[in-house]
Amino acid sequence: MSANDYKITVGIECHVQLNTKTKLFSAVDNDAVDKEPNACTSPIDYALPGMLPVLNKAAVEKCVRAGLAMNCKINLTSRFDRKHYYYPDLPKGYQITQMYQPIIGAGVIHLPDGSEVHIEHAHLEEDAGKLTHFGSYSLVDLNRAGTPLLEIVTDLPGMSSAAQARLYCEELHRLMMYAGVTNGDLYQGNMRFDVNVSVSKTEKLGTRTETKNLNSFRSVERVIEYEAKRQIALLEKGEKVIQETRGWNDTTGKTTSQRDKEDAQDYRYMPEPDVPPIVLEQSYVDKVAASMPMMPDEYRSKFGVLNLDDSEREAILNYPILAERLNEACNKDVRLAPRIAHWFSSILLAEENLDKDFALATASELTELSEMVEKKELSSTGAKAILMEMYDKKNTQKSPHQLAKEMNLLQENDEDALGAIIDEVLTAPECAKAAEDVRNGEMKAIGFLVGQVMKKSKGKANPATVNELIKKKLSQ
Amino acid sequence: MIIADKNTKAVDLVRAALDRAKECEDYHCFISMNEARALERAREIDEKIAKGEKVGRLAGVPYALKDNYLSPDGVTTAASRMLDNFPSPITATAVAKVEAEGAIMIGRANLDAYAHGSSTENSYFGPTLNAHDKTRVAGGSSGGSAAAVALDIVPFSLGSDTGGSIRQPASYNGVWGMKPTYGTVSRYGVVAMASSLDTMGCIAKNADDVNLVMSIIAGKDPKDSTTIDDFWTRELEDAQSKKKKIGIISDFLKEGVDPEVSKTVLDYAKKMEKAGYEVEEISMPIMRYGLAIYYIIQPAEVASNLSRYDGIRYGHRAAEITDLDSIYGKTRDEGFMPENKRRIMVGNFVLSSGFYDAYYLKAQKARTLLVNAYNEAFEKYDALLCAVAPAPPFKLGEKTDDPLQMYMEDMLSVLANLAGLPAVAIPASQSKDGLPIGVQLIGPRKSDQILINIAKSVEEKA
Repeated sequence: MSANDYKITVGIECHVQLNTKTKLFSAVDNDAVDKEPNACTSPIDYALPGMLPVLNKAAVEKCVRAGLAMNCKINLTSRFDRKHYYYPDLPKGYQITQMYQPIIGAGVIHLPDGSEVHIEHAHLEEDAGKLTHFGSYSLVDLNRAGTPLLEIVTDLPGMSSAAQARLYCEELHRLMMYAGVTNGDLYQGNMRFDVNVSVSKTEKLGTRTETKNLNSFRSVERVIEYEAKRQIALLEKGEKVIQETRGWNDTTGKTTSQRDKEDAQDYRYMPEPDVPPIVLEQSYVDKVAASMPMMPDEYRSKFGVLNLDDSEREAILNYPILAERLNEACNKDVRLAPRIAHWFSSILLAEENLDKDFALATASELTELSEMVEKKELSSTGAKAILMEMYDKKNTQKSPHQLAKEMNLLQENDEDALGAIIDEVLTAPECAKAAEDVRNGEMKAIGFLVGQVMKKSKGKANPATVNELIKKKLSQ
Repeated sequence: MIIADKNTKAVDLVRAALDRAKECEDYHCFISMNEARALERAREIDEKIAKGEKVGRLAGVPYALKDNYLSPDGVTTAASRMLDNFPSPITATAVAKVEAEGAIMIGRANLDAYAHGSSTENSYFGPTLNAHDKTRVAGGSSGGSAAAVALDIVPFSLGSDTGGSIRQPASYNGVWGMKPTYGTVSRYGVVAMASSLDTMGCIAKNADDVNLVMSIIAGKDPKDSTTIDDFWTRELEDAQSKKKKIGIISDFLKEGVDPEVSKTVLDYAKKMEKAGYEVEEISMPIMRYGLAIYYIIQPAEVASNLSRYDGIRYGHRAAEITDLDSIYGKTRDEGFMPENKRRIMVGNFVLSSGFYDAYYLKAQKARTLLVNAYNEAFEKYDALLCAVAPAPPFKLGEKTDDPLQMYMEDMLSVLANLAGLPAVAIPASQSKDGLPIGVQLIGPRKSDQILINIAKSVEEKA
């Protein structure tokens, strides 16, 4: 058997929880993190008789932003439908969704590796609640019921490998973060992926399986790897792939068939009579478009001149605020920007710093700091120490220069001032031997002398300058 | 209607209504009474009047509330076992509006469970009797609301009209019933039946009372996105017909319509002519399909809207449940009346994949044709005249075993709902058995007050 003969086709449906203040159809807090079960609910959410949904306009704007971020067509008229099924986490007995006329039409997403993924459409709908099972009974929590979701559906030709699918998910996450439409916390289920996989030796698509509710990029990748292997093995044995929903077990690293009733379910879609169609003016869409920030792709081409590693650049791009700062820094002085990029990727994005507020240091401050290193006013160690202080709230009013002063990190570059210290050191009895060695060409000994000068200057001397000055003096 | 003032105490108005309700208990207009709270409110209003404070336009006026409106006063049952003990934290917008003007709810009026029916016989709590003949039905689904006004218990009541539920019982009991333009009155806080057809309106004894109540409950409500900007003016006289031309829908003068009813329509047309209107017959063949369209769209929306009654969060839950399926199955089996179940089944059938295009989608298309036919007619006429129901009130139990016969009751009334048009039912004559027969005027969107005004002028001039 040869797995290489098979073409893998992957389609992904991603549910993005929109970070609106209130829910999609009720004026209730949409942020249920750390809240008591059912604390974020209103009579609309628990479907009291006579309650009517009232569309949250902020959710519509988030959809438009997401659509623009994905280079998708924005449908000026879209409408809602009811999707019926019974489950205790679905209070109305139907989900309000957009089956026939979604708000977002087709588009294309460009991945960092140069490939493209086509978007079929994206539609706005409400999330369901959550059930927790306790042996003989289950409890319902409706905090999440009514949270606005944007479901983004890819189109053919789809993705052709697990790695590409992962890139797509990561890029989609970036786009949604840049557009500011979601909190993007995968652990909290802010983005959930349903992955369709099929394999085929011919142009005709094979039978697909769908693995639902994945909430990490890694699991998306692993599911595709596993499913492709499993399906190829089946076909090689002369067996058939069954079209079904499968479940992913992160511990065993396997998918298993879920005898899912949903496959046979008839959702009895019906136009939603309680919510009028969403009708947008082109001028409104234009206004939203004008308010969009730069997208990862634009940053990528802009940062080309910085000669960053791909991994370094992508790590920075994962944080819109850092990309924005770096871009501003490029605009100020592109020669000083690579150092800033390096600080971001190697220091700021270290695990222990991820809880810092990355917005605190401005591009001007970062540029100033980089310039100080450039002018040798700071050692690179000193610069890193100041950088960390810049991300401390109490220092927002202070310039890097002020901080360097306070922290006594300014390097002494003044040759006259340094000259006096050096003369003092060179004439000191304990240094006579080393000075003699250097005069005789044993350059190893210079380190000791530089160290003595550094000590006397309390670390403020620039070691490189000191080195040069000592050499000059001893060769006279 | 009589409004409380310095000389007329609200307490007296309310007590008289409560006494009269007691005298008429046999008719079973009410599911529950709101006596203590009503008297308390009446006293509050009297105090305000005594202090010279401002009271509303319905100060101290007792009214009956169809028991599908939510109000924290008492429980809302929708005449079903499903909600037989449902205390609501919510006040329906229409209720809040009439009460802000000083109206006092004395009781919850009977209806067919979830407003499914045309006789109030589908009530879990038993039928309401016709105000003119105790052996006959009060009509439905707002049977309690109509009989309570006809029996002079209250001067007005609030009802809901999805396919005739205000107009047909009004007609059966010889009173006025107003089904406004779709979106005129907020549906917020009213147990939904079929959302694209549901309209909230009132039943009263004359044109001015109808206009007064409607002018109060009409208006845009941020809680109901389908409500439209308020167009209701205070003075009825501001709404005048322009063309002075009325069309009689000729398709409903013979086949399927009782001769006494047809005669009532033609007699009313003559009165209109006397009052200065030009009246002529117009054939609108598409109207024959109204009932068929209605009994696809309405059950579909009913099935959807009743999905929330699942025994999980509120309302009835069956005892001896073993698993999730039995919570749903037994609860809904016990909580719903046979007619509710019939509509759930029909609704789910027409929405199911494979049948959707043949039924629901086709019905929606036919609905558009019906709307077009109306638009064409209204280029020529101010209003269309036809009967409200095809026959005078029928005997209790006469149609309970034949759902199709019962559906035929709605043949003429559903036509306005399908197009979202206003329609007013007006008492017009009596049958040889002394039973009331009504007619209805249907007009273009937002012509509600013109219709009332036309009917008023006919009454005055003829």
